[in-house]
Amino acid sequence: MKRLIIALLFFASLLFVWEALVRAGVWSAVLLPSPAIVARYLADAALDGSLWDASLVTLRRLFAGYLTGIVLGLPLGLLTARFRFLRDTLGLVALGLQTLPSVCWVPLALLWFGQSETAMFFVVLMGTVWSMIIATENGVRNVPPIYARAALTMGSKGLHTWLRVLLPASLPFVVSGMKQGWAFAWRSLMAAEIYVTVLGGFGLGHLLHYGRELNAMEQVIGVMVVIIAIGLLADKALFSPWERFLHKRWGTAS
Amino acid sequence: MTLDTELLNPPPAKLSVRDVSKRFVSGAREIHALDHVSLEIGEGEFVCLVGPSGCGKSTLLNIIAGLERTDGGDVSAEGAAISAPGRERMMMFQESALFPWLDVLGNVLFGLHLKPGLTKTERVAVARHYLKLVGLEKFERANVHELSGGMKQRVALARALAPNPRVLLMDEPFGALDALTREQLYGDLQRIWAERRKTIVFVTHNVREAVCLGDRVVLFSPHPGRIREEFVIDLPRPRDINSVELARYSTRITAALKNHTAHNEEPSE
Ligand SMILES: Nc1ncnc2c1ncn2[C@@H]1O[C@H](COP(=O)(O)OP(=O)(O)OP(=O)(O)O)[C@@H](O)[C@H]1O
Ligand SMILES: [Mg+2]
Repeated sequence: MKRLIIALLFFASLLFVWEALVRAGVWSAVLLPSPAIVARYLADAALDGSLWDASLVTLRRLFAGYLTGIVLGLPLGLLTARFRFLRDTLGLVALGLQTLPSVCWVPLALLWFGQSETAMFFVVLMGTVWSMIIATENGVRNVPPIYARAALTMGSKGLHTWLRVLLPASLPFVVSGMKQGWAFAWRSLMAAEIYVTVLGGFGLGHLLHYGRELNAMEQVIGVMVVIIAIGLLADKALFSPWERFLHKRWGTAS
Repeated sequence: MTLDTELLNPPPAKLSVRDVSKRFVSGAREIHALDHVSLEIGEGEFVCLVGPSGCGKSTLLNIIAGLERTDGGDVSAEGAAISAPGRERMMMFQESALFPWLDVLGNVLFGLHLKPGLTKTERVAVARHYLKLVGLEKFERANVHELSGGMKQRVALARALAPNPRVLLMDEPFGALDALTREQLYGDLQRIWAERRKTIVFVTHNVREAVCLGDRVVLFSPHPGRIREEFVIDLPRPRDINSVELARYSTRITAALKNHTAHNEEPSE
């Protein structure tokens, strides 16, 4: 409760400073609209549905690519940790591509897939899958060997050891890989949406882009606020439960 | 299978180590970890292996567990050659090796899940039985990191006992604990061993500990790892680590240990 009040006070004063800056007239009202104008834009866009539609389009793209990335990356990471020849091949590819800023996939995706949903999917997938492979592989290779030995003496072997020992033991790494994959995917999707118009649907990136074209600063700032809110919400909804579990079980500081 | 038959103690197994040798090659160096080691361990016997660091005690234990292969000689339990780990032989390590992603009960259940023929309720009942045996029935929902070192080793003991093995292999299980906690665990282990007779092979650096727990203390010397001498400990149980008779034994064994290690200073390979 106390934390909530502090947070509320903090954001209220933030708005207050913003409003004060606008009133002081340091920047022109076109460049820095007042909070009230941004709020009105958000309310209007929410009422006419354009904001919801755009959010939905963006989130649908994000989840499709992201979940596919995890579903592919996790087993590929396990296999990479298991087989030396995969580590020397796929592992290296993943390591290299993971260092590539995922925005760099956008031009390639456009040339390959055109201005299509597939291009969007591809960009998000590329943002996710390499981080996931690297994190999982890294996690498995950091599992203390004593866990596997203990499991072995209790009759665990093969697939059972992988699923019941090595995978859960590397969970801290896997979760941070999922977070990193999410961050990469989210950033690259926004870049892609700002960069190109996809006929399949207008996402938040497009709203942002048109805000700029129309010189509608309240739209630009409003959409940015929504993007931040989605990012925060995703962090709380997607990753907090896992992290709470990790803190509780592993006893790492929260 | 009913719970009662599951909880019946199976007959402890006889172990036989015949002429076992083991070498490790690391880089250009070759380490002769075990050199023609032979050891017969009777049903339900408690044998302690003592010796300086690097004399191959852990290696021998791993071989008996089936975690490591020999380079020569053979190991068998009840006449059957040991070639892989098996539920009949459970192992405890110096670090508890408990799984942090499971709670206490989950850890004890781990081995039971791999045992066929038990229903879920039976497994939980068995796990609780052993947690009670080690005095931690109130902690079944605790996380591993919330336990003290001594409690962790108790859970590890419950986890090793739960699948009802015939042999218990313990590699310095109390090595990382403080003296007071260790003394408590000596008492507990003797009580549990009296109640649920297992063949136990127990590795330690601590001669007193070996005398307190073992029916027999086997002395190893390093480079190459060999058995030097054996002592039968003829003291009534339960034994108190601080008793005078026990001290007398451990003085003798410590002297022998020093003697063997001193002879071994000059490289003999
Ligand atoms: N996997 C391995 N690779 C290479 N050398 C090894 C390996 N395992 C053990 N050794 C070597 O074999 C020898 C015996 O090791 P072992 O662990 O059995 O000794 P120990 O008696 O248990 O020692 P400690 O009391 O320190 O635990 C040592 O010199 C050790 O360095
Ligand atoms: Mg050892």
